[in-house]
Amino acid sequence: MGKTISEKIFSEKTGRSVTAGDLVIADIDMAMGQDGTTPLAIRSFQEMNGQGVFDPKKIALVIDHNAPSPLEAVSELHDQIRHFADKYGLRIFDAGCGICHELMVSEGLVVPGDLVIGADSHTCTYGALGAFSTGVGSSELAAVMIAGKLWFKVPESIRVILEGRLPKGVYSKDVALALAAEIGADGANYQALEYSGPVVDALSVEERLTLTNMAVEMGAKAGLMAPDEKTRQWLSSRINKPCRLIAPDPDAVYAREVRLDCSRLTPRVALPHQVDTVVPIEEVGEVPIRQAFLGTCTNGRTVDFQVAASILYGRSVHPSVRLIAAPASRAVFLEAVRKGWAETIVQAGGMLVTPGCGPCVGTHQGVPGDGWNVISTANRNFKGRMGNNKAFIYLASPATVAVSAITGRITDPRGFLA
Amino acid sequence: MELRGKAHTFGDDINTDYIISGKYKFRTLDMNELGKHVMEDLDPDFSSKVRPGDFLVAGKNFGCGSSREQAPRALLASGIRAVLARSFARIFFRNAINCGLAVIECDTSRIESGDELVIDFSSGEVSDLSNGEIVVARPLPTIMIRILEEGGLIPYFKKYGTFQEV
Repeated sequence: MGKTISEKIFSEKTGRSVTAGDLVIADIDMAMGQDGTTPLAIRSFQEMNGQGVFDPKKIALVIDHNAPSPLEAVSELHDQIRHFADKYGLRIFDAGCGICHELMVSEGLVVPGDLVIGADSHTCTYGALGAFSTGVGSSELAAVMIAGKLWFKVPESIRVILEGRLPKGVYSKDVALALAAEIGADGANYQALEYSGPVVDALSVEERLTLTNMAVEMGAKAGLMAPDEKTRQWLSSRINKPCRLIAPDPDAVYAREVRLDCSRLTPRVALPHQVDTVVPIEEVGEVPIRQAFLGTCTNGRTVDFQVAASILYGRSVHPSVRLIAAPASRAVFLEAVRKGWAETIVQAGGMLVTPGCGPCVGTHQGVPGDGWNVISTANRNFKGRMGNNKAFIYLASPATVAVSAITGRITDPRGFLA
Repeated sequence: MELRGKAHTFGDDINTDYIISGKYKFRTLDMNELGKHVMEDLDPDFSSKVRPGDFLVAGKNFGCGSSREQAPRALLASGIRAVLARSFARIFFRNAINCGLAVIECDTSRIESGDELVIDFSSGEVSDLSNGEIVVARPLPTIMIRILEEGGLIPYFKKYGTFQEV
């Protein structure tokens, strides 16, 4: 019987042929923690009597969620992470480096076929490279740092086939939102999504990461794609080891199949406060906005800044809107400076903040006011998500966010593209 | 093992931001402090209503969203002893077991706020003493039962130093 990508990776990591439903203990290739989850993992590590880490090269810690620190108490927690990393010789990305998920892939820490865990729910992002990566809690991160392995139930997979071709003005984020609506916020619970089809093939690696990033918004344990020549090319400047491609067997068994014809897709918007309450932009109606946010592990990459800047060029942000842009990494920031996108955004009346998670999680930099409507490129619009439970968060593509920042209300980007 | 407590009911898709908002969890590791803020975006008085040993009862997809382990830990600190839901998001489900918070996947549609519940872990039965109904919970995988029996992943790892074969 053929295997899915998930079954192949778990078979390799356990040294035996496993299929969906099997319980396994598997070796971990990379483990990651961020500043919201690592301090608790360090405490768990100590309480577990951890004497050392299994392999310092396979652990990365990233200070990205609440960085630079807005409070003494947070600085203290950041210090704990710094000291722990120094003590055990772990790779650390301090404030200003960028978002954990962007760094894990762009710094070449993940390759196809890897089994990766991260103490952050959007760890599923690396599936775009053909790695099985999934989010865990702090205690499990501590356990992995000690033992180098973790237990898993090999998940069933849902085969997602993205057919057709994306029309102009419609992006991978719109596909991700359309899928969330189709599958539902818990429709892939305990399962893996395996994306394929001509739309996936046509997307750049950066755009593919947007799709797998949002797998967890459908409850999925992981979101995977078979890596291809484009993946190998993208990774070639980032890794110094051979890149082995991995693909599902033609007779692999799936729990079910979801087909989406992307040729007829229009821009999509997720309405407050559920990520799967998604409507075509034509049906949004009149929604004035007070804040627009470009960034996050979903859409803070160079391609997103390029799209937003091309729309903002020569135009002005609406006087009642605050546009905040947070590059996903220092490299994205530098690219935005080199290409003039940073100047365009600031010239238009927007602001750039530290590479990192920015206002997404509501800890600093851009907490909305009561009753504000916010249009954001993030992956979550839960009530209270950006730090104020009286605000309303709408999710959309970078193009929709940029256009809406200009008009002051949620606006279809298709009329603004050259 | 048997637990008895009062139900506090919520709806579907209760996410980790509702359980404990991100604005608190990044500041402190003091779970008693976090426990005062659990569920406050949905019910500002929640933590003052909970008596130690009570149960939280919800619909589908409980705990969706963030991987923050502060969510189950803060629930425990608030006095909640078990969460019963029609289904759970997977990261929360694992985190709860790892923290020693009992999670029971069962049909919760007939349970109302204030109902007295008894959970019998050996039979997997949840009895609602207020309406006389009994529902059967979905059993846990063996490794989760072992971790829960040790009181969570920390005592489990303290004892074994690694994961025992499943």
